[in-house]
Amino acid sequence: MSPRPPKKALLFLGCTVPVRSLNYELSARKVAAALGIEMGDRPDFGCCGFPLKSIDRANATVIAARALAQAGQDRQPLVALCAACAGFLAETAHRLDNDPLGRRTVNQRLAPLGLRYRTGVKVRHFVRFILEEVGLDEIRKRFTRPLAGFAFAPHYGCHFLRPSEVWGGFDDPDDPASLARIIEATGAASLDYPSLKDCCGGGVLGIDESLAGRLAGVKLLDLADRDVTALVLVCPFCNVMYEGQQRSIIRKLDKDFAIPVIYLTQLLGLAMGFSPDDLGFRLNRIKPKGLLRSFAE
Amino acid sequence: MAEKNPKGVRLNDCDPAFKFQVAAEPGGEGITACFACAACSARCPLAEHAAGFDPRRLIRLTLLGRRQEVLSAPELWICASCYACQETCPQQVRFTEVVTAIRNLAARQGQRPPSAEAILRLLARHGRLLEVDEFANDRRREMGLPLVKEHSEPFRQILGITGDELDPKSAEK
Repeated sequence: MSPRPPKKALLFLGCTVPVRSLNYELSARKVAAALGIEMGDRPDFGCCGFPLKSIDRANATVIAARALAQAGQDRQPLVALCAACAGFLAETAHRLDNDPLGRRTVNQRLAPLGLRYRTGVKVRHFVRFILEEVGLDEIRKRFTRPLAGFAFAPHYGCHFLRPSEVWGGFDDPDDPASLARIIEATGAASLDYPSLKDCCGGGVLGIDESLAGRLAGVKLLDLADRDVTALVLVCPFCNVMYEGQQRSIIRKLDKDFAIPVIYLTQLLGLAMGFSPDDLGFRLNRIKPKGLLRSFAE
Repeated sequence: MAEKNPKGVRLNDCDPAFKFQVAAEPGGEGITACFACAACSARCPLAEHAAGFDPRRLIRLTLLGRRQEVLSAPELWICASCYACQETCPQQVRFTEVVTAIRNLAARQGQRPPSAEAILRLLARHGRLLEVDEFANDRRREMGLPLVKEHSEPFRQILGITGDELDPKSAEK
């Protein structure tokens, strides 16, 4: 293999990942390093602005533009682990790049902070970034531990795929395949199941917890009777619903079962030969015991 | 929603300018293109689980000019921003964006869900929704992850919230 200059990107952690999804962050950093990607950090990144969009879109846009302007200073693409961060930052860049007037308004607000957004900052979700910048064939070459015999249920969620006018043809929101292709590349089976494309309900958690739980419950019930090693996520907020709230959701359904939940980057890390400890599996609350046992041998 | 009117909608109670006000909000532009096919409602996962939530109904009420009924409807805050409706709409109404525009109007006239206050307070205090305290950074250090700092000042500037407003004593008054 010919040596290539390392790919560089700025890692945008957002609010949830650096506090409650350390296993996601740790495994993503390990996978990135194994793929020859240099992940930069900016200590002054904060919230992406998305949580404010519903009540104050103008200020939410300034907050997102702040992160875009910071990334622009470093002349690096932005990579996010949270699908909502990736979505809102990409949407804001898309809007501002096509709206000189809106850009001027936002830049007037950024000026007192010593920042200016100059268009063209590329924002992607981590998984999309490695698929496009490294490619599945190269990723596959790093796999040393085949995961044959295990079956994983991919969860795409909403903002990873939609709106398609912002994400521009990365995957088909009606018939997504990107996560299944990665899972299958590890030698494992990827489950196709009726609630594959369901929303986790996380977006309405702050308004109506019971309603959010009913939404997440559909997928958990769907997986209850299937032979599945784990549900595989690419968003920390989907994790809040499917892992964090799982016990209470299932209890409210008057059922008794548990679905292990992992992040896609943990799955990739295992296939690359990292140990479960290296990938933060200690923090997974509902562990895929059979899978981890096979790595303890 | 407001109490049912057995005589139906009185046109005098409608505000014909409301739809234009929504359309003038960023993201609200598509509302007038709706031809009521209900593809959005059919694809909405929330409509399936929340009685009374119906994207097409919110659009129709807005187009009719039922201003107060729409702005004060608890259902306005039910959409989870999953974009399923937006992908399926044949008229590019972009309901996810339209509902954001309507929510922004509601918020500006003081009708926001309780979670809104918490979001604003957290962003002004921490620049994030989750506080990064010493305990959080200790855990990060143990796992070999770079430490994270809070930078709340730029967020206060953007939101126009001063330190005084965040003082618990003045917040309790």
